[in-house]
Amino acid sequence: MRVVTVVIAIAFGVMILAGYFIPALSDVQTLFLNWAIILTGAAALAGIFNLLSVHGEKIRRREKGSPYSALLILSLLMTFLFSLAQGLSNGYMRLLLNDVMGTILNGVILPAEAALMSILAVTLLYAAIRLLRRRVDLMSVIFLITAAVVMFGSATLPIGNMPVFGALRSWIAEVLAIGGARGILIGVALGTLTTGLRVLFGADRPYGGK
Amino acid sequence: MIDMVSIALIGASAALLFVLTVWKRKAPKQFRLIEAFSHLYRSIGLSVEDGTRLHVSLGQGGLLTPRGGSALAGLAMLRHLSERTSVSDRPPIASTGDPTLGLLTQDTLQAGYVAAGVDDLYQPTTGRITGMSPFGFAAGAMNIIRDEHVSANVMIGHFGPEAALLTESAERESIVTLGASDDVTAQSILFAASQHALIGEELYAAGAYLGASASHPASLTVQDVLRWVIILVLLGGATAKFAGVI
Repeated sequence: MRVVTVVIAIAFGVMILAGYFIPALSDVQTLFLNWAIILTGAAALAGIFNLLSVHGEKIRRREKGSPYSALLILSLLMTFLFSLAQGLSNGYMRLLLNDVMGTILNGVILPAEAALMSILAVTLLYAAIRLLRRRVDLMSVIFLITAAVVMFGSATLPIGNMPVFGALRSWIAEVLAIGGARGILIGVALGTLTTGLRVLFGADRPYGGK
Repeated sequence: MIDMVSIALIGASAALLFVLTVWKRKAPKQFRLIEAFSHLYRSIGLSVEDGTRLHVSLGQGGLLTPRGGSALAGLAMLRHLSERTSVSDRPPIASTGDPTLGLLTQDTLQAGYVAAGVDDLYQPTTGRITGMSPFGFAAGAMNIIRDEHVSANVMIGHFGPEAALLTESAERESIVTLGASDDVTAQSILFAASQHALIGEELYAAGAYLGASASHPASLTVQDVLRWVIILVLLGGATAKFAGVI
């Protein structure tokens, strides 16, 4: 059975890859990718069941944070029911449910994500300050000096803009940072290529158990 | 022209990978020291001995996106970590923010248990999809770090700026974090906010350092060869441009 799984996975992988270079196979490639998208939708459903079972178990065992788990499940079920009713209803009821779903999105989800984003800004600043405490080496010092120069060059200071920092910021961003990022991205691309080839050869099998 | 170059590159890489995999089976493995992996070894031992667990976060690299490469590298690492720590009192927990990756995470965790001969100890709830948006995923994974007796936090896969929230959560609980992402922004964040950050292609070296099959060290050699080819092409191109040939 395991051999069949590997053969199917490799055959589909090779056909998808060949579809990029052989025009005759591009229709087959599109078909397989559409199947994959449908399977992704089914996987999302499995993901929701996973979320429900993990948090349901937390509530059952009365673990730390179980009230939050209960709130999560309640919110998930309510949103699901409202969405379902929205799809099935019409007329005034549909308008009302549109408003409810809009409120959930604009009044709960987006502000919560924006709040996390704002916490992120403080977290990053704090992490930069702690860096020297955690790791005192040349790279950390260069990292912090570069970050400071870029910030001074980008921000409007009370004493006015400092042209030296502005020019330095541009040079760092346009020469050093882009050069470094390209080098890193080339490394990442090569890593992705060899990882993909390993899966295509069946040497790595993140499916079917080996 | 571009298609021909791509086919040649993929074909040559595949041939080289195959030859080197066969050759590396017998050759002794020699790697440069990457401190992050040495610390990971220690963390694995510690988690088994003191009854704590590893949290392996695989990020949001969907397998239908170009980020799938980092997700596959993360799965290769998870496979070995799960095999080595599955006998622990508290088995490892893996979190992802992508549904397809979530399914593979559960399968990979189970494979580790089967390889360790303790498949009856496997719990499906140890592979978790904590959220579908970047911050939703981070919020769910932060709970695992805080509430599940974690002693080491391994982040390997595709992360964005939300990686800082996970490292901050780990820092608050005095948990060691090893972080690797294929995203340049996340790499800079992990460099500043985690104890051990893997930069660039080091993310893809995890399997080789953890003692995976011969194809892993072979793929590192292929990457090195390709990197030198690219360096020579870049230098040749710059020289030709300087000389006015192109």
